Amino acid sequence: MRILLNGRPAEVEAVTLAEALARLGYDAGGAGVAVAVDGEVVPRGSWRSRALAGGERVEVLGATQGG
Amino acid sequence: MDDLLRIAGRALRSRLIMGTGGATSLDALERALVASGTELTTVALRRLDPGARGSVLDLLRRHGIAALPNTAGCFTARDAVLTAKLAREALGTDWIKLEVIGDDRTLLPDPVELREAAETLADDGFTVLAYTSDDPVLAGQLAAVGCAAVMPLGAPIGSGMGILNPYNLRLILDRATTPVILDAGVGTASDAALAMELGCDGVLLASAVTRAQEPALMAEAMRKAVEAGRLAHRAGRIPRRRYALASTPSEGAADLTGGTGA
Repeated sequence: MRILLNGRPAEVEAVTLAEALARLGYDAGGAGVAVAVDGEVVPRGSWRSRALAGGERVEVLGATQGG
Repeated sequence: MDDLLRIAGRALRSRLIMGTGGATSLDALERALVASGTELTTVALRRLDPGARGSVLDLLRRHGIAALPNTAGCFTARDAVLTAKLAREALGTDWIKLEVIGDDRTLLPDPVELREAAETLADDGFTVLAYTSDDPVLAGQLAAVGCAAVMPLGAPIGSGMGILNPYNLRLILDRATTPVILDAGVGTASDAALAMELGCDGVLLASAVTRAQEPALMAEAMRKAVEAGRLAHRAGRIPRRRYALASTPSEGAADLTGGTGA
């Protein structure tokens, strides 16, 4: 299915958010990472249960230099 | 004697809070942070590429510096609240440096959105350190809605113009019910010292160090300026006066008028 990953279209075969993140190459542990789907925070503990649908906007964020 | 900065139950020995923005490399940033002696340093939350490894967080962890996530780049209360929640999720801290910007060119805060976000986040259990304008009324409101620290600007972010309105800053300090941290505008060490002499509980700065020609050297200067300013504040300065007040007593001075001549 096609999702919007950090603002760019991405093709990924996955049922859950956790699967999608792993297939896209993100660290499975996810330390220092936060995810929002369609503007809602998905806590790390729910990545495995959150079903992903085509067209959803997935934002994967981490700490960087700033402020 | 211990003179700790206490915010929401956390005690910090260093009253210098650093930012990490503007550094040319992680190496330069690391040297500057170590030289600054800081124990609390801001980070931003941005989109992460797959496979990204080695971040500013590793650097902070190596030196035992706590990360203070910010909401830089947010223009609405809604975005700032969501960013704070993502930061809590990513970093495992409920501390947030709340920024809600109202204008692209000056990066001045949007007072209405800021207040709304501060109240929402404080109610949600966040420890909110609010970046604000130097408006004493707004500063009081931010404390009243539950902010753990109020952080008025000295001048716009990155401008290096110092403390443009020390009078307002004094009013904020006079009425403060939370720690007051001067945030933004510091250009050089004397600006940081002045903030502390006026009675600020701490100083938050980034550009003045990260964009200095020698960041680590400026970081050391800032550490010493904050310490010196704090000591001077506690010591109590002498009042300003228009005429001289001799420091040497006139009593006991020798009579050295010349002889009558012979």
